[in-house]
Parts: sequence; C-alpha cells; structure tokens
Amino acid sequence: MTDTLPEAQATPGPVAGPGPVGKKKRRKPILPDRVRRLGLPYLLLLPALLFELLIHMIPMVVGIFMAFKELTQFYIRNWGQAPWAGLDNFKLAVDFDKPVGEALLHSFWVTCAFCVLAVAFCWLIGVAAAIFLQDNFKGRGFLRALFLTPYALPIYAAVITWNFMLQHDNGMVNHVLHDQLHLTDERSFWLIGNNSFISLVVVAVWKTWPFAFLIVMAALQNIPKDLYEAAALDGAGTWQQIRKITLPSLRPVNQVLVLVLFLWTFNDFNTPYLLFGDSAPKNADLISIHIYQSSFVTWNFGTGSAMSVLLLLFLLVVTGLYLIFTSRKKGSDV
Amino acid sequence: MAPPRSFQAIRVVFLTILTVFVALPIFVMITSSLKPLKDVTGQFRWIPSGLTIRPYIDIWKTVPLAHYFSNSLIVAGSATICSVIIAIFAAYAVSRYNFRGKRVFTVSVLSTQMFPGILFLLPLFILFVNVGNATGIPLFGSRLGLIITYLTFSLPFAIWMLIGYFDSVPKELDEAAMVDGCGPLGALFRVVVPAAIPGIVAVAVYAFMTAWGEVLFASVLTNDETRTLAIGLQNYSTLNDVYWNQVMAASLVVSVPVVAGFLLLQKYLVTGLTAGAVK
Repeated sequence: MTDTLPEAQATPGPVAGPGPVGKKKRRKPILPDRVRRLGLPYLLLLPALLFELLIHMIPMVVGIFMAFKELTQFYIRNWGQAPWAGLDNFKLAVDFDKPVGEALLHSFWVTCAFCVLAVAFCWLIGVAAAIFLQDNFKGRGFLRALFLTPYALPIYAAVITWNFMLQHDNGMVNHVLHDQLHLTDERSFWLIGNNSFISLVVVAVWKTWPFAFLIVMAALQNIPKDLYEAAALDGAGTWQQIRKITLPSLRPVNQVLVLVLFLWTFNDFNTPYLLFGDSAPKNADLISIHIYQSSFVTWNFGTGSAMSVLLLLFLLVVTGLYLIFTSRKKGSDV
Repeated sequence: MAPPRSFQAIRVVFLTILTVFVALPIFVMITSSLKPLKDVTGQFRWIPSGLTIRPYIDIWKTVPLAHYFSNSLIVAGSATICSVIIAIFAAYAVSRYNFRGKRVFTVSVLSTQMFPGILFLLPLFILFVNVGNATGIPLFGSRLGLIITYLTFSLPFAIWMLIGYFDSVPKELDEAAMVDGCGPLGALFRVVVPAAIPGIVAVAVYAFMTAWGEVLFASVLTNDETRTLAIGLQNYSTLNDVYWNQVMAASLVVSVPVVAGFLLLQKYLVTGLTAGAVK
C-alpha cells in the first residue's frame, strides 16, 4: 500500500494535460515502478509454481529416481538406503517372456483397446448431442441439464450405482436382459470374467461423454450465426450446413478435446478401481490399476515406478506425435 | 427455416436412446434409495413393494457419514478457495505481463495434467512423511496435505481458463484504474476480477467437483480421522450384507450438493469455456 503513495502523489501534475497523451507521459518517468513491474509477474506466479513444484514436479523426479532403486517393503521407511538397481526394474518390466512383463504387456493392450473405444464413443456421442441440441426446441434446457448430470456426479457415487446395476443376482441389467427381454440364456456376470471389459467401457463412456458435450457446446457458440444464414441463402440444407460449417469449425477444438480424452482415459484409475476393487479381472486390467497393484498390493515399488516411467514415456511420445501431426495438418489447410 | 424431416427423425431417435442411457442409473439411484431392503437384495423391481425413507435415516448410523461429509466439505472448500486465488494471480501475470519464462511456465503447468497420477502418488506419500518428520507440519494423513494436493489438480485448468477470460477484459480498463491511483493488485481486484466473475465461478465449480470426487489420493493420503466421502462411501459395500438401498441413498445425498451447484452454474461454465479455453 505505502509503495503506491509516491505514484499517487506524482499524478496530480500531468492530470491537467489532455487525454491519452498525458497518460503515456505520466507513466514513463517513474523508475521504481518499472523495476517493481519486472518482478511482479514472478511474484504473482510464485504460489502456483511452489505448489506445482511440491505436488507434481519434485515427486515426479523422485518417482523417476525410485525406478532405478530396488525398493521393496523392507526399504520403504528409509528409501534412500535402498540398493541401486540400475536398469533391473525396467528389464523386469519389459521382459515379455516372464510373468511380470507379460502381465504388463497384456494390461497395456487392454488399456489401448479401452482407450480407443471409450474416446471414440465419448467424442461421437458428445458431438452428436451438442449438434442436435444446437437449435432451440421444447425440452432443450432439460435435456442439457440431464446430459451434464453424469459429469457432475462424484465418480464414486456414479460407479457404485453402476456396480449395483451390474450385480449378478439383484442387478437391473441382468433383470432386463434375462428376465424381461430373454436375450441371454442365463444371468451373466458383468463384474468378473470377459464381460467386465464391456462394463468398463460402458461406465467410462457414461461418465465421460458429457465432458465432450460440454466442450463442443461451448465451441458451437463461437460459430457466427451469419455463416449459417449465408449458407441457407445459398441453398445449403441442414445436413450440408453441418458438414460444411459446423464440423470444420470444430476442428481446432476437436484436436484438443481428443487429446485430453485420450490422456484421461489412458490414466483412468477411478473407474476400474471403484468398479472392480484392488484387483481387476484380467480382461479389464487397466495399466494404472496394474501399476497400483504392483506397487501397493505386492509392495514392489521399484518395479511399479519403472512401469510408471514407461507409461509416462509412452504418453509423451504419443502426445508429441499427435501435436506434430495435427499442427502440420492445420498448416496445410491455410 | 425448419430442419428437414430426416434430421428431425434422427434427432428424436438419437436423443431418446441417449436420454434412456443417461437417465437409467440416475433413476435406479433415486428409486432404490426409497425401497425397503428386500427389494434391493432380491430380484430387481421397477416398481417397489413399498416406499420408505428409512435408508435416509439409517445411512448416518451405518457409517460415520456426517464425519466423512464434513471432511470432504472442509477439504474441497479450502482447496477450491486456494486454487481460485492462486490461479487468479498466475493468470493475471500471464495475461497482462511479458516476462522471461512465460511460455515455459504455461506449458509446464499444463503438462502436469498428463502425468499418470500413479507415478507421483508414492513419491508424494514419502515426501509428505519426510516433510512431516523434518518440520513437524503434518501433511500425511491430515486434511492440510489433501487440500494442498487437490488445489494443484484444478490449478492448470483454472489458470488456463482464467488467462482466456482475463484476455477478454480490455487492457485499457485496468490501465485506467492504475492511472487513477490503483496499484497492479488494486486494478486486478477492482477491475479485472469483477469483470471476469463468470469465469471465476466456472473455475470454482470445477475445482470443487475435482476435490469432491477424487478417489486415488484420498485412499492413500488419509487416515481414519480424515477419510473423505470418496473412501467412506465404499464402506457400505465392504460389509457382509450390502445395504444397497442405503448405498444409493448415501450416493444421492453426497451427489446433490455438487450436481445442483453444477447445473445452476453450468451456463457460466459454457460461457467461460467459450471466452477462454476453447480458443
């Protein structure tokens, strides 16, 4: 507060000067102010930087370091003293002929399949719903609120409800499929065995597609109305307008959206953990659950960290390639 | 001009299927929470044999739900307030000043979003324990540790969105305020922040939802005293008998505050996204 006083006192003089010219003249001579302005941005960023450093950056460096240590439960209290493992943890993780590596590779492929399906459905449903709700019609506000509800629900409440619906004996899904529609010969198991993969995709899509809907809805508001009017004057029908105006205008948003959806679903821990618990069925063994199990259940933190580092490297490479690919595509358009 | 028949027909079919898909779990959650126990442990029934509000009374006794609730409220509330304030400062710096390292800062903050949570969960756990031993600040197992952790989860999105929002507030406005004798912070809080209220509201909603719904870190970084709803709700299901009607009632009770808040404020979120993040 006291710092601003000299500045305030200095102002009365040039205030008499006319308009914008007076403004510029007044700000220049105050040197201490300029020095302060140079430091100010850093000061403003400091809290954000500090917390990101504490919670993300430092732990990540420590995590990478841990991947090179032989970190079992004997050393967890005193992890600095754990013996150096070199690349052993990594070798163990990528030795696909041995059980550890084989299981990791399997869970990697499961995650890839899950990710492709979940992202594709989330994106398709989200874009379609946003386009269909673009026009004003009766019930639009209600549908919009309803469609956003899965996203707003705390994930544990949502997944517990799905867990109840997918129960073998008293669940709604089996009641509808078996008792009412007679589509299945007997009650299926949805939370163990092969079907668990389907359950996982359905629940993840149910929970995540409204995010795509929300983003696309926001993006659609940015498309100028007169583009549609001009197209309508030229005789373009609704379908043509969607193909020629709406979808191309969404492209930059879609590029970010798909990337974010990819990163989220690939790292998704909550859905499988809440649906299946600590150990997921083999067909739904997503990589983050797999790493959690390797670290916290079998107490082999070194191997768990090595797997996490491999996962991070994979995500970095994919993200990098994706960004290069999409930005080049954008360039050729212009 | 009315859309053609084909468009309208597909729209009706698509929206109907989607509505059923979205509404079914919500329907199950609400109706099951009002059913007597035999209706939820036996075969599923669309029409309950009797309606009861008993589950809503019992949920508070089966597990210490009120305790979890207050933990979640304190953690999510504090994380939201801190995250919003920190994001306002950071976004203002990025939006209004040119300085060395600006790009590095924005890119590195955003990229923390892509780290697999599992990679820094264990190191964070160890770090919290060590910092606690060295300084006496209880980070592990305390609400404070969880608050600090959660505020960083919403920070990247908050900063990203507020940069866009602040950029849309004309620079001349806060320059004029500074000419009138405000310091940079005065200009920020008297001019820029009031003009960006919708964006700030949207960011606050997002931060609260993130903290209210987080599971992984809550499961490792809390103890019996500081358990949040995310972990507490699972306690209904680990009992020998699963009181599904109570589970559904409790799920509904913990969902109502966030869903109501989100739906009331969602139009700010959409405008916020339009103003900033989407571009």
